[in-house]
Amino acid sequence: MKLTDIIGPVMVGPSSSHTAGAVRIGNAARRLLGQPLQEAVIGLHGSFLATGRGHGTDKAIVAGLLGMAVDDRRIPDSFEYARHAGLSFSISGVDLGDAAHPNSARLMLTGREGRKLELVGASIGGGRICITELDGLPVNFSGDFPTLIVHNRDLPGHVARVTALLSNSGINIAYMQLNRAHRGGQAVMVLECDQEVPGSVLHDLQAMDGIVKVTFLSLLPEGDRFDV
Amino acid sequence: MYDSFARLCADEKEQNLALWELIRAEDCAENGEEPSDSWLEMKHMYDAMKEEDRDYDPRRLSNSGLVGDEAGRMHTYRMAGETICGPFMSLVMERALKIADSNACMRRIVASPTAGSCGVVPAVLLSIQDARHIPDERMIQALYVAGGIGGIIASRATLAGAEGGCQAEVGAASAMAAGALVSLLGGSAQQTANAAALALKNLLGLACDPVAGLVEVPCVKRNVVGAVNAISAADMTMAGIASRIPPDEVIDAMRTIGKRMDPGIRETGTGGLAGTPTAVRIREQIRAAKQEK
Repeated sequence: MKLTDIIGPVMVGPSSSHTAGAVRIGNAARRLLGQPLQEAVIGLHGSFLATGRGHGTDKAIVAGLLGMAVDDRRIPDSFEYARHAGLSFSISGVDLGDAAHPNSARLMLTGREGRKLELVGASIGGGRICITELDGLPVNFSGDFPTLIVHNRDLPGHVARVTALLSNSGINIAYMQLNRAHRGGQAVMVLECDQEVPGSVLHDLQAMDGIVKVTFLSLLPEGDRFDV
Repeated sequence: MYDSFARLCADEKEQNLALWELIRAEDCAENGEEPSDSWLEMKHMYDAMKEEDRDYDPRRLSNSGLVGDEAGRMHTYRMAGETICGPFMSLVMERALKIADSNACMRRIVASPTAGSCGVVPAVLLSIQDARHIPDERMIQALYVAGGIGGIIASRATLAGAEGGCQAEVGAASAMAAGALVSLLGGSAQQTANAAALALKNLLGLACDPVAGLVEVPCVKRNVVGAVNAISAADMTMAGIASRIPPDEVIDAMRTIGKRMDPGIRETGTGGLAGTPTAVRIREQIRAAKQEK
């Protein structure tokens, strides 16, 4: 923990978990989609659903999808900004089951270039978040690192080839997880890295045999633009 | 992050450095940060506190409509010049309401330590700066002291209402403000720790029972008690009144009380004030309004 976690962060109220954390879930989803956003179907679960409107959780998620930061004064007006930016969105309640964190949201996104992304994010306290599901498979990452998510068929050699490609590009892996639906079925690897993964490497990964989908969360600054 | 007042006070004696410098040095060492960058970050926090104090508008209400105009009422009353508390304390109260109201109305605030308790530390610090004409540099140093105290509480106990109740939020904020205040008044390291201990002791056991689960009722008004309590703890300390229980043990007691609290009074919005018939009615009204929308 840092001193500026105690005195800080500077944020739009009223709640670090229900507002700041919700902005961060939207931010992470926007970055994971990696292309201009056209449509968002937002489902609020648990306490996010019960107290979400009072806490502005709905506005906060949309603000995050637009690329606003947690201290952006425009968060309360994010619905207006979304309309101006041509982002169509819907918000409703969703039951993600008992196992889901009470402050969870499911986001189903469609990009302008047709890419689709479905994720579940949880706000776990103090504004920190955890992405718990991506495109149907369980994951667990914070969005604090450049994060590479690779969906692949569960066959021998994929992990070795993916990590070799990263290693050849000088990218160090900080944390790594593997998960699969069932033996030989869909699998997912999550690689939290110390460096950004360049577009060319993402391209090479996507071209590999047996790789179903490559998703990358970049932490490069986006600047102040709401072109969704 | 320091994890005890005992170690902080021992370091102060041994290294002959001011508390704020020790706290900054420890943080910089842990996070690989330059002291000058750390200073700029803390200055940014203090500037944001000044800004949030100016940002209030009494015509603004929260999404639920439950809070928003409290600070405006306090201001009108204070301006009439007939407060029981006198000019300084009533200004502190108004500021605490202002910032907590602004938080509930989705304005920009500094979580210190949390969003729900964000009014306490700035209300105390901004008001003492005005009253004693203290330069910004010393206020930023005091903010380090507040942060260091919050760090000790976070290390030994918690700063989350969901874990420790409101004693962990407004209680901790009050301890941070009290210690910072004593350090500004020229108190020793021991006195700083003592003020934090007195402030926290007086709010031990405070439930986190927000009506309808929102950071509004009773959170906004509890920021006032946190601020007023901090000032009384600082004055008691400067009068030479000591906490009979050492500061670290007070924090440990806060932790054990938090653990023994029923989940209904730990930010679930079900027990305590949130479980009263009126609160249940308010919750139902909010739910009905949501469905209409």
